[in-house]
Amino acid sequence: MKLRRRSGITDGAARTGALGGPGRFVERVQRLPGTRTDDAILEVRDLSVAYVTDAGLVMAVDRVDLDLARGEFLGVVGESGCGKSTLLFGIAQLLSPPARIVGGSVKFRGSEIAGLSDKQLRHIRWRDYSVVMQSAMNALNPVMTVAAQMRDVCRAHSEMSDLEIRERSAEVLRLVSIDPVHLDSHPHQLSGGMRQRAMIAMALLFTPDLVIMDEPTSALDVVAQRSLMVQIKELQQRLGFAVIFVTHDMSLVSNFSDRLAVMYAGQVAELGGTRQLFDFPLHPYTQGLLEAFPSIRGPKMHLQGIPGQPPDLAQPPPGCRFAPRCAKVTAPCLTIDPPLFDKNGDLVRCLLYKAGRPELGAAIFPSPQDRPGAGPSLSDLGVANPERTNDQ
Amino acid sequence: MSDPLLRTEGLTRHFRLGGLFGKRTLHAVDDVNLEIGRREIVALVGESGSGKSTIARLLAMVYKPTAGEIYFEGRPLSRLRSRRDKLDYRGNVPMVFQDPYSSMNPAFRVSHGLMRGMKLHRPDLDRRQRFAEAERTMNAVGLVPPGVMLRKFPYEMSGGQRQRVGFAQALAYRPKLILADEPVSMLDVSIRIGLLNVMTELREREDVSFLYITHDVASARYITDRVVVMYAGSIVEEGPTEDVLQHPKHPYTQLLVSAVPDPKTPLTASGPSDASEPPKVVDPKEGCRFQPRCPYAIAECETVTPQLRTVGVTHLTACHVARSDQQAVPPAYFNASKLDASASPATSAVSEHHVRGTSPA
Amino acid sequence: MAVQTIFRHQAVEPSASRRRRPPGANLWRAVRHNRKATAGALLLLFFLVLAIFPGQIAPYSYASTNFAPALPPSAAHWFGTTALGQDIFSQLVYGTRESLIIAFAVGGLSTFISVIVGVSAAYLRGFADGVLSLFTDVLLVIPTFPLIILIAAYVRSAGLLTIIIVLGLLGWSYGARQLRSQVLSLRDRDFLESARVRGERSLYIIVVEVLPTMTSLIVASFLGAALYAVLTAAGLQFIGLGDPNAQSWGTMLYWAENNEALGAGMPLWAIMPGVCVALLGASFALLNYAFDEISNPALRPVRKMMKADLDGLDTAARLRNVPRASRLGREA
Repeated sequence: MKLRRRSGITDGAARTGALGGPGRFVERVQRLPGTRTDDAILEVRDLSVAYVTDAGLVMAVDRVDLDLARGEFLGVVGESGCGKSTLLFGIAQLLSPPARIVGGSVKFRGSEIAGLSDKQLRHIRWRDYSVVMQSAMNALNPVMTVAAQMRDVCRAHSEMSDLEIRERSAEVLRLVSIDPVHLDSHPHQLSGGMRQRAMIAMALLFTPDLVIMDEPTSALDVVAQRSLMVQIKELQQRLGFAVIFVTHDMSLVSNFSDRLAVMYAGQVAELGGTRQLFDFPLHPYTQGLLEAFPSIRGPKMHLQGIPGQPPDLAQPPPGCRFAPRCAKVTAPCLTIDPPLFDKNGDLVRCLLYKAGRPELGAAIFPSPQDRPGAGPSLSDLGVANPERTNDQ
Repeated sequence: MSDPLLRTEGLTRHFRLGGLFGKRTLHAVDDVNLEIGRREIVALVGESGSGKSTIARLLAMVYKPTAGEIYFEGRPLSRLRSRRDKLDYRGNVPMVFQDPYSSMNPAFRVSHGLMRGMKLHRPDLDRRQRFAEAERTMNAVGLVPPGVMLRKFPYEMSGGQRQRVGFAQALAYRPKLILADEPVSMLDVSIRIGLLNVMTELREREDVSFLYITHDVASARYITDRVVVMYAGSIVEEGPTEDVLQHPKHPYTQLLVSAVPDPKTPLTASGPSDASEPPKVVDPKEGCRFQPRCPYAIAECETVTPQLRTVGVTHLTACHVARSDQQAVPPAYFNASKLDASASPATSAVSEHHVRGTSPA
Repeated sequence: MAVQTIFRHQAVEPSASRRRRPPGANLWRAVRHNRKATAGALLLLFFLVLAIFPGQIAPYSYASTNFAPALPPSAAHWFGTTALGQDIFSQLVYGTRESLIIAFAVGGLSTFISVIVGVSAAYLRGFADGVLSLFTDVLLVIPTFPLIILIAAYVRSAGLLTIIIVLGLLGWSYGARQLRSQVLSLRDRDFLESARVRGERSLYIIVVEVLPTMTSLIVASFLGAALYAVLTAAGLQFIGLGDPNAQSWGTMLYWAENNEALGAGMPLWAIMPGVCVALLGASFALLNYAFDEISNPALRPVRKMMKADLDGLDTAARLRNVPRASRLGREA
């Protein structure tokens, strides 16, 4: 008996129709549960990014699916080496060799942008989506004034006159609480927090629909971090753009994001509403991460962290990538790379939530085991009812 | 109680700006009195520019103090003249650095630093004993098997492992106090806890004190006994960790604590927030350095530099406005989540006075 | 376009491929893999063999004038003979030794001085740095070739040793500058500060901690100096400032010029020494490029995605029913 689809708890009706007959593949569903289906601004399907190295191909991002609705704040969280920055650059079409997209699609407002040339991308870059980088000192040209850099951007992507450019530049600086007098400053004359806010202002020059941010606060101290986050959230609510925010600090983004994606070893380990994820983390990795943050209030407890290290992506482990470090590992975990399962609207890549317990929901995305000629399927391994499936 | 292990008196360090003939002075550290006892973990908390790294360098004898004195086990450092004496001190007070990726020479194996350090600081041991000691310290920080790990190159180890080697190096000297300058801030979150646990274990088993320098207040709470908060070169608050972090009296500490992200507390994203940063203190005048950002500031704050005063049991703060009976109630200005649930209106004497110009009765 | 270049990002490689070799180890493997390095190494090896075993390779000795002058190339004389009846090919072979000696000796001397000056200047800073840097800068700015000519002319016909000393003493300034910059950037690296905090002496830190991390730069400096030495020495000898009886390519050029080789029907006599100088110089230059790439991974040519990789991915994608339009990786 091969993996069969079952109706999930949410969106069950919509999905049943989309799936094909009894067969080995579970076809792609058109929408991930949890997103508002009508105004998805970004659809990432099966995106894979690989690095060409002497040791062969290293899959830094492995078949990631994401949806983003208009005005939504999505946090992408993970530790170093999990592929979150690579994913970001893959989405923003900013990869350069030896990294390249090797599979999947990225649809921005319905049209495919993966594989477009720079020339074709120029029309939508900055106008429809923009990028804020990690360290302003690396991204801002140190020998040009802020005004000159904004002028560059405006000229590259529009036909505005110099006067209009100047006015718009002053306007966006005021949006981020920087006095427009700093238009004529160089980046090194601004403080760290101001530089980051200037970067955000630049990203908003054309009020894009989507702003992608790669750890914009990690170079800042905690107070400046907090005020920058508040500022970003305010702007987002005011101007209505969607945000993908990549960070390693889960608690930082927790107060601001609508949904959270936790990445591990190039895959999405868990994806769901922020509050739900924090209150009921499903994936053992997410649980481990949450427990690794000492809290400033509440009782003091001894914390553990997660033993071990992330796997070598040149030779990922055959089964679940987190299995070597997982406290709840079971035998099948070592040989089966789990697909994403749906539990209460939360997507989690963990066999603990496998179908076989129908109330847990269906597998949405096909597991590698379902390829013809590939290894044994779940049932072939005798996993009709996995032993340890804890209710979370 | 005998002399504390390390004590500073009026420790000051200024830097001259503008080259050989510059006229301006940067006051990196001003008049700091610090005390660290045996088997104590003390946190030195502050943002960049607060002077905490400079203090570490002063204690490690990288800089000489412009004024003031450091006493180690009762003896002043300025009296250390001979190379032997200085080496003795360095063996007792080693430092662990922030960046795991540059704190070890990439050209040598990991054992190089350990063995070299012991050659300098434990000359009584012969080569075989030194190696045995190196293995012992690697065990103590959890890097096993020690023989294998010692032969690795730095690039073969992860960031967390390298930081552990840093601790092992310091431990090999049989130190009394380890200066840890932001040892975990460049590590992944799930690895930080491991390192912090190592520090507490070392305190228990090896009888070592720590000066834990950080800007991450939550981790300071996790492992330290006492907390010293620095702002713009001076200490603004110090005391037992729970006291200071749960009932901060200085407005800056309150700001710091309120800015720590806590996923469990919902945040209201509305309202203004404090967007400024700690100043670089160049040729300062009298008066409180936090005053430009302080919502409680009164007239006195601009003209008189506040001194450290007691506001609780061994809890001191340098603020004209803070009082020992006052509970910390952060103003809306700070846009904080509910900091101290036990605050009641009757005791928030200060909040009524955060209109500038009036002083508490 | 300022904006476009700023936002091009060299994404960080995943930890797997961050496994670089430590500096110094696996050099052989690196040389083998890098095409430029292999070419340069082979050339240099070729000349080394010529220099070490000239007797076995050259059919005749350098100076024997037993042959008819100005012969064109033939089986007996591969490149013909000179105006004095010497075999050009043999002269080239015997001349290799002197050029290589100059290259390595000047390279060594130059590098030695530049390491001492550059590293001390950067490490000691302050007044010492000021003085050393001033000295370096002066030498850097003075046009060395005219200066060398002056000195060589002053000494009259300069023997091998004179050339080596003169070139070595004037050629270190560029390397010193480079090394100083590198050490400055390293100076505040934590492992050096860690050594200071440990209580190590400055000299120890410079020799034991700093130098090993700069081996690739020092080697590159050496190769650069060797290149400079070969070309400049040939130039000096060509002008006639060398010893006219020496057995070297530069001297060959001198005599060829004196006898108007190009015009008088003995073009190879003038061309071949020049070619040899160029080839030897090229070998050093190639090795220099290669060292740059070996020590700085960012400069390495990116391996193109192999067809096999693409095919594998394509198959996997097809099997998973990914729609055709989005199956990327078609471009090489």
